[in-house]
Amino acid sequence: MAQYEKILLRNMEQPGYRGSLHEYERTGGYQALRKVLRDLSPAQVIEAVKNSGLRGRGGAGFPTGIKWGFVPKDHPGPKYLCCNADESEPGTFKDRQLMERDPHQLLEGILIACYAIGAPVAYIYIRGEFRLGAKILERAIEEARGAGYIGPRILGTDVGIEVYVHQGAGAYICGEETALLESLEGKRGLPRFKPPFPATHGLYQKPTVVNNVETLCNVPHIVNRGAEWFASIGSPPKSTGTRIFCLSGHVKRPGNYEVPMGVTFRELIFELGGGMRSEKPLKGFIPGGASAPFLTPDHLDVKMDFESVAQAGSMLGSGGVTVMEEGTSMVWAALRLMEFFYHESCGKCTPCREGSSWILQILQRIWAGGGRPGDLELLEDLCKNIEGRTVCAFGDAEVSPVLSTLRYWRDEYEALIHQAEATRTTKGEIPVLTM
Amino acid sequence: MLREKHHQYIAAILKRYPVKRSAMLPLLNLAQREEGYVSEAAMKEIAAILDLTPSQVYETATFYTMLNLKPIGTFHIQVCKSLMCALVGADELIHWLEDHLGIKVGETTSDNLFTLSVVECLGSCATGPMMQVNDDYYERLDRQKVTQILDDLRRNGTSPLKSGPFMCPEPVPPSS
Ligand SMILES: Cc1cc2nc3c(=O)[nH]c(=O)nc-3n(C[C@H](O)[C@H](O)[C@H](O)COP(=O)(O)O)c2cc1C
Ligand code: FES
Repeated sequence: MAQYEKILLRNMEQPGYRGSLHEYERTGGYQALRKVLRDLSPAQVIEAVKNSGLRGRGGAGFPTGIKWGFVPKDHPGPKYLCCNADESEPGTFKDRQLMERDPHQLLEGILIACYAIGAPVAYIYIRGEFRLGAKILERAIEEARGAGYIGPRILGTDVGIEVYVHQGAGAYICGEETALLESLEGKRGLPRFKPPFPATHGLYQKPTVVNNVETLCNVPHIVNRGAEWFASIGSPPKSTGTRIFCLSGHVKRPGNYEVPMGVTFRELIFELGGGMRSEKPLKGFIPGGASAPFLTPDHLDVKMDFESVAQAGSMLGSGGVTVMEEGTSMVWAALRLMEFFYHESCGKCTPCREGSSWILQILQRIWAGGGRPGDLELLEDLCKNIEGRTVCAFGDAEVSPVLSTLRYWRDEYEALIHQAEATRTTKGEIPVLTM
Repeated sequence: MLREKHHQYIAAILKRYPVKRSAMLPLLNLAQREEGYVSEAAMKEIAAILDLTPSQVYETATFYTMLNLKPIGTFHIQVCKSLMCALVGADELIHWLEDHLGIKVGETTSDNLFTLSVVECLGSCATGPMMQVNDDYYERLDRQKVTQILDDLRRNGTSPLKSGPFMCPEPVPPSS
């Protein structure tokens, strides 16, 4: 099996490493922050992150340095950094590990990002369920404050940065960056219309950068080892660096695997993950969290980088790879994901609010043996009326399990409907919506 | 009531934000930790602290699924039922828990100890089936392990089987 150098998981893979300040410093921790404060201007830091090719790991893959560059430099009022630690995309569990096992790596990334964009305050918006992660981060912040890395005069310079942990209270949509900002302002987490973008009108309408946990964890390494080094890893020029893929489902060794972008799904699933858990062969997989369209065994040799997965008709999304063996009903799988999206739709946009409930009811009906001819066309029609017609990308996300399973496993839907037709009595319909 | 008991904490929270309303979720979470749910009295008090109307607090609180607006059992068992956990046996676990506790999902045992809920993905999809009980995660569950956890909770209010800082797969010690 090929061995790859770990960047983000390197420390925590040392047996016994617990992520204390002392341990983090011993592995070279906070050297990047020192270097930045000593030798680099904010503009130089942004330039380095641009040159590294780092793209956001939260789902959309936006180039991080370019995002930072959008923040107005001469803005008189405060600016903010928000670290997106909401991690609620089904199939994703990397940020939890990064925070609980090596919290200072994240804090160092946050501090450098704050310096680069000129933000005196950072909020870590962490999902409410991650109580342990929040406690670990709070402890780490106190340690860092004690050592002079956080506070009004960092390491004796006139740079002052405060970092606070802000816990959510259960709402997937608060991972969407503008819903996150609304939630942080103490409101219901309803996404905002863009533009204006957070870079100019974000938290409290002030310039704000929202970055994912894994994105920020990469920053100290880029500073320490150089943009060219980072840009040489993975599939340059568009997908540089490593990614932590969260492998779940019917594999022998599920878990987090950090590999250079561009490794194939086959290698992740069959080498790192040890292959299928039983003799049953692979039937299909989700390549990037619940929002990413399903793929089939024909796509195993697709490279896990932004472009290749997009070309294959899906997306790398949050990095969650879920494997399903032969025997798994894809109608059932789509239904299970649709239950999630129905539950989590925030209700702001009509197509998503109403559409998610209609799609769910149709899927429930088909699965319960009450499918009707025309249901599949109706599903497709509904999906097309949601896609692209909502304020945030949730609408596009919720139709992807339905459309992709219809695309590759339509016969399973048809078989259920034929069966229902054959056994249908004159009594008619089956009650739906059990939630 | 919150103000008397948590005066310092509340003051520290308020200092973190330039706009008071931002302290909404921290205070709602605090109220829930205090009473096990967010009572109407707590919402009124939070409104007073934040210079808002009680309905502004209520409006916000009803958006967030972790906030219970009614009293629940001492231990809130929340089993993940999202796809990745369902692929590795979450549904069987939920049915078994219903039988074992003698309640349905959404109900509380008559001794008021356990409330059973199903929830969406909690970020432990590689270590399912899993559940959260109050603040703690329990992962890689089977019947035997859950029986032990419930016993521990009944007896001690906590269980050593809860998850620590998460890492999966665990680092392998170098083979000598
Ligand atoms: C419905 C929805 C949910 C999202 N959830 C998350 C999340 O939990 N964590 C995250 O980092 N990004 C999430 N995002 C992406 C964010 O909107 C945003 O793109 C990201 O935080 C930007 O950071 P990055 O550029 O570092 O990736 C979500 C987006 C949508 C549309
Ligand atoms: S699907 Fe259950 S924790 Fe993610």
